[in-house]
Amino acid sequence: MEKMSRVTTALGGSVLTGRTMHCHLDAPANAISVCRDAAQVVVAGRSIFKIYAIEEEQFVEKLNLRVGRKPSLNLSCADVVWHQMDENLLATAATNGVVVTWNLGRPSRNKQDQLFTEHKRTVNKVCFHPTEAHVLLSGSQDGFMKCFDLRRKDSVSTFSGQSESVRDVQFSIRDYFTFASTFENGNVQLWDIRRPDRCERMFTAHNGPVFCCDWHPEDRGWLATGGRDKMVKVWDMTTHRAKEMHCVQTIASVARVKWRPECRHHLATCSMMVDHNIYVWDVRRPFVPAAMFEEHRDVTTGIAWRHPHDPSFLLSGSKDSSLCQHLFRDASQPVERANPEGLCYGLFGDLAFAAKESLVAAESGRKPYTGDRRHPIFFKRKLDPAEPFAGLASSALSVFETEPGGSAMRWFVDTAERYALAGRPLAELCDHNAKVARELGRNQVAQTWTMLRTIYCSPGLLPTANLSHSVGKGGSCGLQLMNSFNLKDMAPGLGSETRLDRSKGDARSDTVLLDSSATLITNEDNEETEGSDVPADYLLGDVEGEDDELYLLDPEHTHPEEPECVLPQEAFPLRHEIVDTPPGPEHLQDKADSPHVSGSEADVASLAPMDSSFSLLSVSHALYDSRLPPDFFSVLVRDMLHFYAEQGDVQMAVSVLIVLGERVRKDIDEQTQEHWYTSYIDLLQRFRLWNVSNEVVKLSTSRAVSCLNQASTTLHVNCSHCKRPMSSRGWVCDRCHRCASMCAVCHHVVKGLFVWCQGCSHGGHLQHIMKWLEGSSHCPAGCGHLCEYS
Amino acid sequence: MRLATAASEAYTTPLAVSELLGCKQCAAGRDQDEVPGRGAERAAGYPGGWAPRRAILQVGSEDAQMHALFADSFAALGRLDNITLVMVFHPQYLESFLKTQHYLLQMDGPLPLHYRHYIGIMAAARHQCSYLVNLHVNDFLHVGGDPKWLNGLENAPQKLQNLGELNKVLAHRPWLITKEHIEVSNEGLLKAEEHSWSLAELVHAVVLLTHYHSLASFTFGCGISPEIHCDGGHTFRPPSVSNYCICDITNGNHSVDEMQVNSAENVSVSDSFFEVEALMEKMRQLQECRDEEEASQEEMASRFEIEKRESMFVFSSDDEEVTPARDVSRHFEDTSYGYKDFSRHGMHVPTFRVQDYCWEDHGYSLVNRLYPDVGQLIDEKFHIAYNLTYNTMAMHKDVDTSMLRRAIWNYIHCMFGIRYDDYDYGEINQLLDRSFKVYIKTVVCTPEKVTKRMYDSFWRQFKHSEKVHVNLLLIEARMQAELLYALRAITRYMT
Repeated sequence: MEKMSRVTTALGGSVLTGRTMHCHLDAPANAISVCRDAAQVVVAGRSIFKIYAIEEEQFVEKLNLRVGRKPSLNLSCADVVWHQMDENLLATAATNGVVVTWNLGRPSRNKQDQLFTEHKRTVNKVCFHPTEAHVLLSGSQDGFMKCFDLRRKDSVSTFSGQSESVRDVQFSIRDYFTFASTFENGNVQLWDIRRPDRCERMFTAHNGPVFCCDWHPEDRGWLATGGRDKMVKVWDMTTHRAKEMHCVQTIASVARVKWRPECRHHLATCSMMVDHNIYVWDVRRPFVPAAMFEEHRDVTTGIAWRHPHDPSFLLSGSKDSSLCQHLFRDASQPVERANPEGLCYGLFGDLAFAAKESLVAAESGRKPYTGDRRHPIFFKRKLDPAEPFAGLASSALSVFETEPGGSAMRWFVDTAERYALAGRPLAELCDHNAKVARELGRNQVAQTWTMLRTIYCSPGLLPTANLSHSVGKGGSCGLQLMNSFNLKDMAPGLGSETRLDRSKGDARSDTVLLDSSATLITNEDNEETEGSDVPADYLLGDVEGEDDELYLLDPEHTHPEEPECVLPQEAFPLRHEIVDTPPGPEHLQDKADSPHVSGSEADVASLAPMDSSFSLLSVSHALYDSRLPPDFFSVLVRDMLHFYAEQGDVQMAVSVLIVLGERVRKDIDEQTQEHWYTSYIDLLQRFRLWNVSNEVVKLSTSRAVSCLNQASTTLHVNCSHCKRPMSSRGWVCDRCHRCASMCAVCHHVVKGLFVWCQGCSHGGHLQHIMKWLEGSSHCPAGCGHLCEYS
Repeated sequence: MRLATAASEAYTTPLAVSELLGCKQCAAGRDQDEVPGRGAERAAGYPGGWAPRRAILQVGSEDAQMHALFADSFAALGRLDNITLVMVFHPQYLESFLKTQHYLLQMDGPLPLHYRHYIGIMAAARHQCSYLVNLHVNDFLHVGGDPKWLNGLENAPQKLQNLGELNKVLAHRPWLITKEHIEVSNEGLLKAEEHSWSLAELVHAVVLLTHYHSLASFTFGCGISPEIHCDGGHTFRPPSVSNYCICDITNGNHSVDEMQVNSAENVSVSDSFFEVEALMEKMRQLQECRDEEEASQEEMASRFEIEKRESMFVFSSDDEEVTPARDVSRHFEDTSYGYKDFSRHGMHVPTFRVQDYCWEDHGYSLVNRLYPDVGQLIDEKFHIAYNLTYNTMAMHKDVDTSMLRRAIWNYIHCMFGIRYDDYDYGEINQLLDRSFKVYIKTVVCTPEKVTKRMYDSFWRQFKHSEKVHVNLLLIEARMQAELLYALRAITRYMT
C-alpha cells in the first residue's frame, strides 16, 4: 500500500480528505450506506450494525446500534439506507421480513424507532425517497413492495409485482413519483407511487434474477441494472420502449451497481460470488474496466460513493469483515496492463496490425519496411476533451498485403475443389490429383502424387520376376491368385476359360477384358467397404505384367464406375446413413494379407506335378517382391506427409491420408491425424468451402472428426404465421394449426427440403422449383416476382 | 446406433406402446440373458411404485405431451425406465428432470462418461439402492467402463476413491462438509498430484452425487420396481407382493408389514377423510390469524431449534439393523457410517442461514461458472418442483397449497440445519402430522428403510399422484440442501 496518497477535494464549502484505508469489522457486512455529510458510514450485516466516522487517517467506530442482550432477528440486516435529507434517519431491512427505522436523535441507547412487520418474507431492499422526508419503500422476497409513511404505523400502499421476490427498489432521482423495481425472474418494473394497482411499464432486462438497479444521478432516464447473467445494462427509459443503451459483460453475477458521481459514463459494480474486486466501468468501453479495486479478500457486498458530487472516494463493505475506503487514484487500471496491439492474419495471406498511433508512427519512422507493400489506414476517433482516456483511443491500423490481387491462396481453393479423394480406384485418384496439381503449377506436389501412384498401384516387380522365372506359368499362377482371393462370385468356368486362353499364349486382349470385368465385379461387391480397390489393384498387377499396360487399361477401367463420379455432391443429403465406426485396421490387414496366403496355396496346388522346389522358390520370391513396395515405402510416405504438414500444406497431408486410406493410416498416430484433419477442415471453412469440408469430414476415419457433422444437426424453425418456434414437427405449427410451408408448385406441404426465393419468400419442394424454373423465371405462386436462386 | 434407429422409429410411427416396450426389451436385452417368455408377464409395463396398478398410468393411454416425453426419454436412454413411468404423473417436472439427467450423464462435461456412471453407482450404493445401482452398472459397462471397478471402490482409480469420503459425508451428514474436504490437504480432493480433481470436475461430481442420493430417495420413497432386464426384474411375483421394491424383499423386513398393510387399508374411510378436512382447516387458520398473534423473536428462534431437535428423534419404531444387499455392499467401505448413529446420540447440527448462502444467488453462480449450463438446468428443476401445484388436495379443488409445500420444503431443510429467517417454524408442527414426518424423515435420511406401511399411513385420502408430488418435493429439497453445503465448502475453499 505504498502507493497510497492523500487527496483533498473542496466541494462547495465542505472539504473531503482521506486516503485508501480499511478497518476490520467484527462480522461480515451485508450493506453499507453513507450519511449526507459524507463523514459517516453505516455498516449492517447479520450480526453487525455500526456507524463509523470517516476520518482522515482511519475509520473510527462511533456508534453500535446493536443493543440489547439477546440478538434479535430484527437486527439481522439484509440492507441499510441512510436518509439523504435527514442525518438522523436510517432504515434497515431484516432477513425475517421486518423493516426497522432508526432515529439517531433519540436520547436513549436504543435508537430503534419504528417496526413494520408487514412483509411475510425476507426484505431485500429499502429505499428512502430522495426528497420527501417521510416516505420509505421496501421490496421483499414475497413479491410485494410496500410504501411506508413514517408518520403512520403501517404501510400506505402495497405494490404487487405479480412475481416472486423483489430484489431491488430505487426511487427515481428526478421523477418525483416514479420508482423502479427489479425481480428474480429478470423483469424490471416501473411504478407510479400513486398507482398501486398496476405498474406503468414492465420489460425483461436480464436472463435470470436482476439483483440491482441504479438511476443515473444526472441523466434523467437512464437506469443501470445488473443481473445474475453477469451483465450490466444501461437502459434509456425516456423512450416509449425501454432501450438498451449499453451493455457491460462482467465475469461474475453483478450484486450492486452504482453510478459514479460527476462522470457521466462511469459506474461501479461488485459481484456476488467468486470475484472479490470492485470495478469501475466506462459503459462505452464495456470490455476493460476503467479501474479496479482489489483490496477485499472475500466478496464485496456493499459499495457507496462517499459524496454525491465527488468521484474519487468509494466506500465498500465486504464479507471478509472489512470496511474500505478506496481512492480512485490508487485504483489499478487494467488498461495500462493491456496490450493495445492487435495482429491478425487474413485469409489470403494479408496481415493486419493495429496499435497505438504513437507506437506505429515511431516505428515506421525508424525503419521503413522494404519489399512489403504497405497500405496503412488510420482510424482516428473523434477526441472528446472530457474523455479521461482519449489518448488511448486513437490507434492506427496497418494492413500488409502479400501480393497484389490477393490471389496468393487461389491454389488452395482450386486444389480443394478439384481434388478427387474417393470413389475411384487409387491409381486414378492419384493421376487425377497429380494432374490437378500440375495444372496449378505445383510440380512437386504433382510429382508426389505420381510417386504415390507408382508405389501403391503398380507392383511392377512381381510380374517381371514371375516372367523371368517361369514364363509359361506366370499367367496361370496369377489367375490362380485371382481366383482364390478375389473372384469368388465369378463363374468358375470363366477362370478356367481364361486359363486356357492364356496357355495358348495370346492372352493379352483377353486378360484386359477379364480384368475390367473382374474389377467391375469386385467393386460392386465391395461397394460399401472402404478401400475396395485394394484387391483390384493386386489383381491388375498380378495378371498384367508391365507398367505401361496399366496405363492402357485405365480408360476401360474407369468405365464401370463413371456414374459414381458424376453424381453431384448434394449440399446436404436428406439423410445420410449413420455408419458405425469405420472398419478396423485388422479387417483390412486381412485383405492385404490374403493374396499371399491363398496365392501360395494355389501355386502349390497347380505346380504339384512340376519340380516343386523350383516353383516354390520362384513363387515365394515373386511374392516377396510384390509385398515389398507398400510396407517398404510406408515409412517414407509417412515422412513425406509429416514434411508437407510441417510446411503448412496440411491440405496435401490430409488428401494423401484420405486417398491412401488404410495403407498409411496405421503408421501415423491418431492424434496427429486428428490434428491434420481439424486444421484442414478449419481452413476449408474459412474459405467457405462447405461442401469440400463436409466431404473431408465424411471421409475421415478419425472418430473425433467424423462426429463433427453429426453434432447439432437440428434445424429450428419458426412458424411463418405466429412467429413461434415449431417444436414437434417442422411443417405444422402447434399453436395456429396451420401448415407452415406449402409448395407453391404442387400446393402440398413440404416436409423435406424447402427452397424459397428471398425476394418474395415463395418457395416449395426443391425438385418442383427446379423444374419450374426451367420453364419460367417468374414466381410459381403468381406474385409476379422474378425469382432468383443462387 | 441401434438405439438411434429404434428411437427414430418411435418418432415416426405412432406406436402402440406395447411395441415401444418391445423395443425397450430388445434394446435393453443387450447385456442380459433375458428370457422373453418370463418378461412377458410384466409386459404391461408396471413400473412398480406403491401406487396400485390402476393408479399408475398405463403406457398407451398417455396424452400427447407425455408421449413426447416418453419418446424423448426413450431416445436419450434407449429405455423407458420405471422412474420415468412414475414421474410422468407430473410431466412438467419430468421434462426438466430428464433434460437435466441427460445433460449430466451424456452431454459435454468435465468428467468422462464412465466416471459419471460410476459416481452414480457410488452415490446410489450409499443408500443401498440396488435399483439404481443395477441400472448404472449396465450403463457403466456399456460406455466402456472397466468391470473390475465394480468389485469395489478399492478397485477403482485413486481419484474416485478420494471421492468416497465426500460421498459418505454428503449422503448422511452434509453439514459436516468443510473446506478441508475440498482443500489441498491430506484428505482433500484438490491435491496437487495426478489423482487430484479440478474444480470443474469436482462440481460435476458433486452435482451427480447429490442427484443420485436424492434419486435413491425417490426410488425408495415411491417403491420403484427393478427394471425388467435387471436382476429380479423379470421374476414373476404375485400382484400382492409385486408392490414391493426388490430391496425390501432382500432386506427381509416386508413379511411383518404385509399383515399391517392390509389392516391399514381397512382404516375407516371417514376417519381419514377428516384428516384432510383438519389439514385444510389448519391451513385456513394459519392464513388468517397469521398477523394477529406475533411470536416473539426468541420464540421464533426456539421454534426452529425445537423442530430441528425433534426431527432427529422422529423415527419409525422399527429401525432394526439392516443388512445391506450383498451385491451393493461392496461399494462402501464403511457401512456403519449412516444417519442413524448420529441421530441416536442427538448430535448437534449447526445452523446454516439460507440468507447468507442461498441457491439462487450463490449456488447458482458457482455451479454455472464451473460447469456451465448445469446451474440453469438445476435451477429450473428446483423452480418447477417448488412451484408445482394443481391447486388440489385429495378431493378438494382450488386450494392454495403453497403454504403446505413451503412447510414440507422447509422441514426438510430444517432437518439439515438450514434455516430461513423469515419462516415461522411453528407452522410445520401445525401442518405436518407425525406419520407424515416419519415418512419424510425416512425418505430423506434413510431411504432404504422406507416401507409400504409408511407410504400408506400418511395422508390416507390423498391421491397417489399427490404422494409422488410430495416425493418430488422431498428429493429436490434434499438435493438443494446437500448442494448448498457442498458448494459453500467449495466457495470457502476458493476464497
